[in-house]
Amino acid sequence: MSFLIGENMTGGYGGADILNDCTIGVEQGEIAVIVGPNGAGKSTAMKAIFGMLNLRQGKVTMEGEDITALTPQARVHKGMGFVPQTNNVFTSMSVEENLEMGAFIRDDDITATMAQVYDLFPILKEKRHQPAGELSGGQRQQVAVGRALMTRPKVLMLDEPTAGVSPIVMDELFDRIIEVARTGIAILMVEQNAKQALNIADKGYVLVQGANRFTDTGEALMANPEVRKSFLGG
Amino acid sequence: MTETNRPVLLFAAMALLFVATAAIIGLNSALFALNFCLISAIMALGVNIQWGYAGLFNVGVMGFAATGGLTAVLVSYPPVAEAWAAGGGGILISGLLTLVTIAACILAYRRMPRGLVRNWALAAIILVGLFVIRYFYDPAVEAIEAVNPATSGFLGGLGMPILFSWALGGVVAAGIAWVIGKISLGLRSDYLAIATLGISEIIIAMLKNEDWLNRGVKNVIGLPRPVPYEIDLQQTEWFINLANSLGINPVDFSSIYVKLCYALLFAAVLLIVLYLSEKAIHSPWGRMMRAIRDNEVSANAMGKDVTRRHLQVFVLGSAVIGIAGAMLTTLDGQFTPTAYQPLRYTFLIWVMVIVGGSGNNWGSVLGGFLVGFFWLQAEPLGIWLMQVITAGMAPDNPLRVHLIDSGAHMRLIVMGLILLLVLRFSPRGLIPERTSRAH
Amino acid sequence: MDNLLNAVVLLLNFLVVPALAYGSQLALGALGVTLIYGVLRFSNFAHGETMSFGAMFCILFTWLLQSWGVTLGPLPTALLALPFAIIATALFVLATDWLVYDYYRVKKASSLIFLIASVGVMFIMNGLVRFIIGPEDRNFADGARFVFTARDFKEWSGLAEGLALRSTQLITIVTAIVIVAALFWFLNRTRTGKSMRAYSDNEDLALLSGIDPGHVVRIAWILAAALATIAGVLYGLDKSYKPFTFLQLLLPIFAAAIVGGVGSPVGAIAGGFVVAFSEIGLTFAYKKFLAYLLPAALVPDGLVQLLSTEYKFAVSFVILVVVLLIKPTGLFSGKTL
Repeated sequence: MSFLIGENMTGGYGGADILNDCTIGVEQGEIAVIVGPNGAGKSTAMKAIFGMLNLRQGKVTMEGEDITALTPQARVHKGMGFVPQTNNVFTSMSVEENLEMGAFIRDDDITATMAQVYDLFPILKEKRHQPAGELSGGQRQQVAVGRALMTRPKVLMLDEPTAGVSPIVMDELFDRIIEVARTGIAILMVEQNAKQALNIADKGYVLVQGANRFTDTGEALMANPEVRKSFLGG
Repeated sequence: MTETNRPVLLFAAMALLFVATAAIIGLNSALFALNFCLISAIMALGVNIQWGYAGLFNVGVMGFAATGGLTAVLVSYPPVAEAWAAGGGGILISGLLTLVTIAACILAYRRMPRGLVRNWALAAIILVGLFVIRYFYDPAVEAIEAVNPATSGFLGGLGMPILFSWALGGVVAAGIAWVIGKISLGLRSDYLAIATLGISEIIIAMLKNEDWLNRGVKNVIGLPRPVPYEIDLQQTEWFINLANSLGINPVDFSSIYVKLCYALLFAAVLLIVLYLSEKAIHSPWGRMMRAIRDNEVSANAMGKDVTRRHLQVFVLGSAVIGIAGAMLTTLDGQFTPTAYQPLRYTFLIWVMVIVGGSGNNWGSVLGGFLVGFFWLQAEPLGIWLMQVITAGMAPDNPLRVHLIDSGAHMRLIVMGLILLLVLRFSPRGLIPERTSRAH
Repeated sequence: MDNLLNAVVLLLNFLVVPALAYGSQLALGALGVTLIYGVLRFSNFAHGETMSFGAMFCILFTWLLQSWGVTLGPLPTALLALPFAIIATALFVLATDWLVYDYYRVKKASSLIFLIASVGVMFIMNGLVRFIIGPEDRNFADGARFVFTARDFKEWSGLAEGLALRSTQLITIVTAIVIVAALFWFLNRTRTGKSMRAYSDNEDLALLSGIDPGHVVRIAWILAAALATIAGVLYGLDKSYKPFTFLQLLLPIFAAAIVGGVGSPVGAIAGGFVVAFSEIGLTFAYKKFLAYLLPAALVPDGLVQLLSTEYKFAVSFVILVVVLLIKPTGLFSGKTL
């Protein structure tokens, strides 16, 4: 039994099912990556785990506890952090205020966590009084990840964190994500840049039409000729 | 109650209300209420075109109605030759200069490069224009207003039959709506609400202060009528004979007869507007309008010019309101700027549309009748209610006196409550819009 | 030299000081509008009536205090009654949120439906005000009338022109500064204030961060009620209290909020002063001012008034139109709450 797992998930946004008997799981300290062609239901699978759509079948469990019925807000309290793909920072607020808002549910002292985030993303410390809306795309993603880390989550979910950033920034961001995973946090992310993402993944899920096609370690998937041919561009 | 005979039943009930009024209070007051309701129904149709078809919130219905009313004065009242001689020229010159100033502004705006210089140039043109205009305008106004101030003191009108003003009132209101729409449509939806609120307040302020135009708060009375006068009828032979053969006193009958004439005229206009509205909403144009209303984003994506369509519909709706405004002034036979209150001329009409069923022309007409009818009865009802409530108190009890005195303010509260309750519990109204989605 | 000084004093007395006071009142009103827009995303047409409502409560409490013989000496008793008026108004406004707006928020209705609902609330409040206190003019300013009078100033300066400062004007300006400073402190320094800005900036992300929308909305209504009450009371002290003026005040207040950029508190304040100075500046008769500066032969005959005072709210409308034409997002767009 994985630390966090969505099992046999079937459902959609009211219309036709987008997910068909899809299973995604992740362990603490591990990076799990969901890849697949456009419209395969990658983001939907992650949103389902976070409780942003109603499942017709299947369940989500975390630390053995069934959390299928919880709202996203309640899951945040349970220790899940979510970084949306777009609109993931408070643009009019300073970097530091963004981090403070990330820690809104905490009543204890947050300075230590904030220092950790600044250690992880030094550039943010430098720009902590600037409005997040004035930062570059890569820096904004760092703010977004930092904001989610402020709750000290056990699981961090990232929806295409490298969308729209340059390859250099992408590598840098992946390095940071590995660092986060090393602290013992489980990381689940959806990625468009499948090759690079599988490179850092402990576990990879290839989804097609809302169902699991391949599930293996990142390395194994990279080595699988069929996966390479169909999903990684040779 | 099936969906098809529900409107029929509701209209039958409405007719019954009028018959009951005629039987209990008298035919005269029933006809008075009917005329009021007919005009209200036309105004409601105008608002429905804007809100029901396109989802545009016009908070300036009062301004457009008043514009129609002013047009009625300017079309029908005989020209005051003395006033024209005293200051007509000055007014015309200042009007011309206003156009010149506006043209100069537009020219400067188009021809000059963006920047500070252009802004200052525009400010200078407006400032100079303002002073030059007032150089001609102020003495002209003074001269006009000095002509028989007690009875006239204004330029008068064109001396044409007042019926012309019904059409012209619509045209003038449409023109104002075009300007307002050009400015505020296509921006956030509540800007139109605020802009229309502003323009209607300004129109009323002008009507109260520009004495040379419409005598301001001194009111214009004795507008010519499109129907016979009671006095004349009472002395006409065929009329007296008719009254006698019906067994009614000619004096009473003349009043009823005049109201009937108005009712026929108003009903004719209502039927024409209703027919055209129904034609429009069931045409491809109407379907497109509703498609835009229901999903502006996708309509935009399909290449529909939403702002342009909204402008069309806003202008059309305002024209209908202008027509109704001119009709109302015709019915009153006088023009009183202070009578224009937002509650009565803007929000009452809104309540009519929402109660009746926004998006449905028949619903708006029914709403116009029903809400108009109860609006007329509200004051006596309110006072009666307060008297019943306070019946147990001594006649000089301060609370009782206060409550009875305040009965009139109940209208505001009741209107607000009706608006909120209908919006919440019956947002589709008495005769809901027939949607293709529901079937 | 004296002529120049006289001209300046004239402008100060009849233009600058009144416009500062009026601008402060508009700014406080516009802040309330902008706050509700920032959090609830609709233009609250009932805000003018909320001002009226708050001022009415303040008058009632003032009468009560006066009947007990409690006054504030040189200051108006209304200042003592103000906190109670704010509480009463806030409770009423929270009740309207609970009874009216909450339903549409849950339904995620369009902002236009909110707007129409606010019109309904506006009528009910207007009716209640007339019902409770009546439609008459009320003057409830007591205490000292002037900080210094025109005569004091003339004796002190030796100039022909006098400069008077009414105590209500000074109170208005000082109160506005204190309130605005407190509001900015709240929004930028406190956790609740920041959560409000976060909610206004990005509702979904605020939810993900565990910010309770109900709490934010309630705080926004309380702040709006407090700002409206203060603005209404200051306006009533400075002029006098008439229930029907508040519908007309709605236009300059909206103009102020839009000029500054709806949702931006700094913009609301700037907008308030832009509208106030334009309104008074355009309806001011400059004849006497020019008489001080120009040689006698050049002084014009007329009043040199650009616009007669009856049209003063046309000024806010024109400003509104110009802003909508040139920069519909307002002068301080992008900087929300």
